[in-house]
Amino acid sequence: MNLQIKPILSALRRHKAGTILIALQIALTLAIVCNALFIVHQRIERSNRTTGMDESNVIAVQNRYVGKPETFIPLMQTDLAAIRNVPGVESAYITNAFPLRRGGWSTGMQIDPNKTKDSLPSALYFVDDQALKTLGVKLIAGRNFTPSEVVNLPPQSTPAPAQVIITKAIADKLFPKGDALGKTIYYAKNKPSTVIGIIEKLTVPWIEFDHMDNVTLMPVRFDSSYQHFLVRTRPGQQDAVFKAIPTALYKVSRMRVLPEKYGLRTFETVRANAYEADRGMAILMTVVCAVLLAITAAGIVGLSSFWVGQRRKQIGVRRALGARRSDILSYFMTENFLIALGGVIVGTGLALGLSQWMLKYFEMPRVSPTYVGVGIVLLLALGQAAVFAPALRASKVSPVEATRSV
Amino acid sequence: MFAYYLQLGLRSLRKNPMLTALMVMAIGFGVAASMTTYAVYRATSRDPIPQKSSVLFNTQIDAFGPENLENGEPPPALSYTDATAILRAHKATHQAIVYPVNVSVIPEDPSHLPMRQTAYANGADMFGMFDMPFIQGRAWTRDDDEKHASVAVITRDLNDKVFNGGQSVGKQLNLDGRLFTIVGVMDNWNPQPLFFDAPNTGGFVDEGATVYIPFTRAIDLQLGTNGNNNCVKEPEQGWDGYLRSECIWLALWTQLDSKSEVDAYRSYLNGYAAEQQRAGRWSWAPNVKVRNVVDWLDVQKVVPKESTISLVVSLGFLAICLVNTVGLLLAKFMRRAQEIGVRRALGASRATIYAQFLIEAGAVGIAGGVLGLILTGLGMLGTSLVFPSDIAHLATLDPTLIFLTLLVSIAATVIAAFYPTWRAAQVQPAWQLKSN
Repeated sequence: MNLQIKPILSALRRHKAGTILIALQIALTLAIVCNALFIVHQRIERSNRTTGMDESNVIAVQNRYVGKPETFIPLMQTDLAAIRNVPGVESAYITNAFPLRRGGWSTGMQIDPNKTKDSLPSALYFVDDQALKTLGVKLIAGRNFTPSEVVNLPPQSTPAPAQVIITKAIADKLFPKGDALGKTIYYAKNKPSTVIGIIEKLTVPWIEFDHMDNVTLMPVRFDSSYQHFLVRTRPGQQDAVFKAIPTALYKVSRMRVLPEKYGLRTFETVRANAYEADRGMAILMTVVCAVLLAITAAGIVGLSSFWVGQRRKQIGVRRALGARRSDILSYFMTENFLIALGGVIVGTGLALGLSQWMLKYFEMPRVSPTYVGVGIVLLLALGQAAVFAPALRASKVSPVEATRSV
Repeated sequence: MFAYYLQLGLRSLRKNPMLTALMVMAIGFGVAASMTTYAVYRATSRDPIPQKSSVLFNTQIDAFGPENLENGEPPPALSYTDATAILRAHKATHQAIVYPVNVSVIPEDPSHLPMRQTAYANGADMFGMFDMPFIQGRAWTRDDDEKHASVAVITRDLNDKVFNGGQSVGKQLNLDGRLFTIVGVMDNWNPQPLFFDAPNTGGFVDEGATVYIPFTRAIDLQLGTNGNNNCVKEPEQGWDGYLRSECIWLALWTQLDSKSEVDAYRSYLNGYAAEQQRAGRWSWAPNVKVRNVVDWLDVQKVVPKESTISLVVSLGFLAICLVNTVGLLLAKFMRRAQEIGVRRALGASRATIYAQFLIEAGAVGIAGGVLGLILTGLGMLGTSLVFPSDIAHLATLDPTLIFLTLLVSIAATVIAAFYPTWRAAQVQPAWQLKSN
C-alpha cells in the first residue's frame, strides 16, 4: 500500500489549525482517559479484595442497649441465646467489630514485655468459640477457643486475655521462623497472651490501613451498651433469619435500638456500604471516559467531513488522474493516523504529568504504563473508526468533480 | 444590528443541524460535568460558619510526644487532664469542651420503642459561640455547668417527635433512664462541614445531633465518647483512671476576637505545655496549635479526595469539549469563506464580521447552556449514585449554580469562538471573489 506520507504532511501544513486542534483534543483525551481508567481499575481492585471470610449467608446486627445497668453481660448472653435459637441460624457470636465495618479497636503488640516502642499494630476482634465457624475462616494451626476461656472485659479497661488467635500475617511478622504457636505476645504491659491458634486470613475493619491482615481474635465479652452480632445462616435461610432476628431480639427486651440504616445488614450490604465511595468513583470515571471518547470521535468526524467537503475538487482531480477509490480512502485514514500519532505522543506526556500531579496531591499511585498503552491504542483506533465514514464518502467522489467549478 | 446578526447566526446554525447539535452537546456535557462536580466540591469545601469562622479557634497540644506524631502535627483532640486544665485557667472569654455521646430517648408511652440519638456533651458557652438558633427557651448557663445540672437542649426534630412540636421547656426528657430538664429547643442545626467535630465525623453527617447535655453531667454519668479515642499509654482501669490517662478524645473551642487575644492564648498554651515538661509529665518541648475554623478544616482534610479529583477530571473534560468546539466552529466558519468575502467586498468591516460570528457562537453557547442546565439537574439527582449520601445531599441546584452554569457555558463558547472568528475576519474579499 502506498502510504503517501509526504504529500499528506505537506497538505497538513496548509491547515495547521485544524490539525493542531484534533491532535490537541486527542492528547487531552488520552491524558484524562488513561488516568480515569486507571482510577476505575484501582477502585474496582480495592473493592474486590477478600476479607478472608466466607461472606455468603452472613448477617451483621448492630445493637445498642438502652438504659444503664451495672453490667450488660447478662443481656448480651440472653440475646445471643435468642439469636442462636432462631430457626435457620447455624452459628452466631457477639463482637465489637468485623471486616469492612469501618470502625473498631486497634492496639500495638510486641513480643518483648519491657519494650514499649516499635510495636506492631493489630485490630482486635472480641469473639467466642463460635466465631471461627461464623466467620468461615480457616484455622491453619493450633486450636479454637473453648467456651470457658471467654472472659468478661469491664468498660475502660485494656483487653489482654490469656489466649489469643492471630492471623498468619501477624505470625509471619512477629515470628519469622514459623514457630508462633504457643508463643507469648504482649497487648498490654505485663499481661502475657499465648498464641493458641493461627488463622489463614482475616482483614481489619477499616478499608484503609497500613496492615490490612493484622487481626487478633480475643476470647472476650466487652461490657458495653454497643454490640454487634454476627450470624451465619443455613444456605437458603438468610431472608427468613433476616426477618426473624429483630422479632426475636425485641421479644427478649424492647429496651434496645436496632438503628434503621445500619441495624441489620447482610454481609453483601456491609461490603457495598464499605466500598460506596469507590464504586461511585468507578461509575463516574467510566461515564466520563465514555462521553469523552464519544465527543472526541464526534469532533474528528466533524472536522474530517469539513476537510473532505473542502477538498472535493482536489479529490476529483486525483481520481481523474487515475487514483483508485482505495487510494483516496487510505489517504484520509493515513492522514488521521498521523495526526492521532502526534496527539498521543503529546498526550503521553500530559497523562504522565497529570498522574504525577495526582501522586503529589492525592497520594495516588502512578498510572501504570499498561494503561497509557491501552489508551494510546484506544485513541488511535477511535480516530481510525471516526474518520472512516468521511473517508469513505471522499472515496466516492466522482472524477467528474474535477471539471466542476467548486 | 444585533437582532440581524442573531437572525443570520440562527439561520446558519439551522443550515448545519448536525454540526450545531454536536457543538451544543459537547458544550452541554462539558458544562454539566463541571458544574455537577463543582457543586459537590463547593459543598465540601465551604465555610460552615462564615460570620464567625475567623474568631473561633480549636486548641491542639502535643500530649503524645514527637515520636508518635506524623509530620509534627499535634493530635486532633485533647485529654481530659489538659482540656479541663486549660478551661479552668479561663484565658479566653468564651470557651467550651465538646465531645460526641450516644444516648437513647425512652418514650413515656411504653408501647413506643426507644430512639437512639446523636448527642453532644458540651459547655454552656458553645451555644453562643456557634450562634446556635434557639426557638424556645435558652441555653443552659455556666452556673448549670458548675452545678453539673441535669439539663438538656434539644432540636426541633426531636421536639416534634417526643412532644409533638409543643412547648417543651421545663419538661423532662428520659435519656437512658435518667431524667433531664429541657431548658431550650433549637432549630435543627447541622453545619457542614461539621467543623467542631471534624476528626470524628470526617466533616459530613446526614443528620445533625438532636440532644445537647452539659459536659460536667456527662462526665458524672461516665458517658464515654462516641468518637475516636486514642491512647499512646495504657490507661489505668476504671473511669477515673481513664480521666487521668493520656488518652485523647475531647475538643476545646474558644472564641478569640483579636490577634492580640490569639497571641496571648497561644503563649498561655506554650507556658502550660512547658510547665508539664518541667513537671516531668512530658519529655518534649511544647508543641501547640491554635487554628481558626478554616485552617482547622484544611488540616483535617475534610474535602474528600473523590470530590477534588472528580472536579479536576471534569474541568479537563470541559477543556476537551471546548477544543472540540473550536475545531467545529472553525470548520463551520471557514466553510462560509465566500459569504464572508461577499460581505467584506460589499463594505462590511472586520468589526462587523467579529460581531456577527461571536453572536452566532453566543447562540450556540446559550443552547449549550440550556442543555447543560438540564444535564446538571440530572447530575444533581445522580450525585447520590457517585458520592456517599452524607456528601451527595449537600450538592444542590441553587440560583447561583444555575446562573453560573449559563455564564460558564456562554463565556466558554464565546472564548472558544475567538480563534475561528479571527480566521473568518482575515478572509480576503478580493481572493474569495476571484476564485468564484
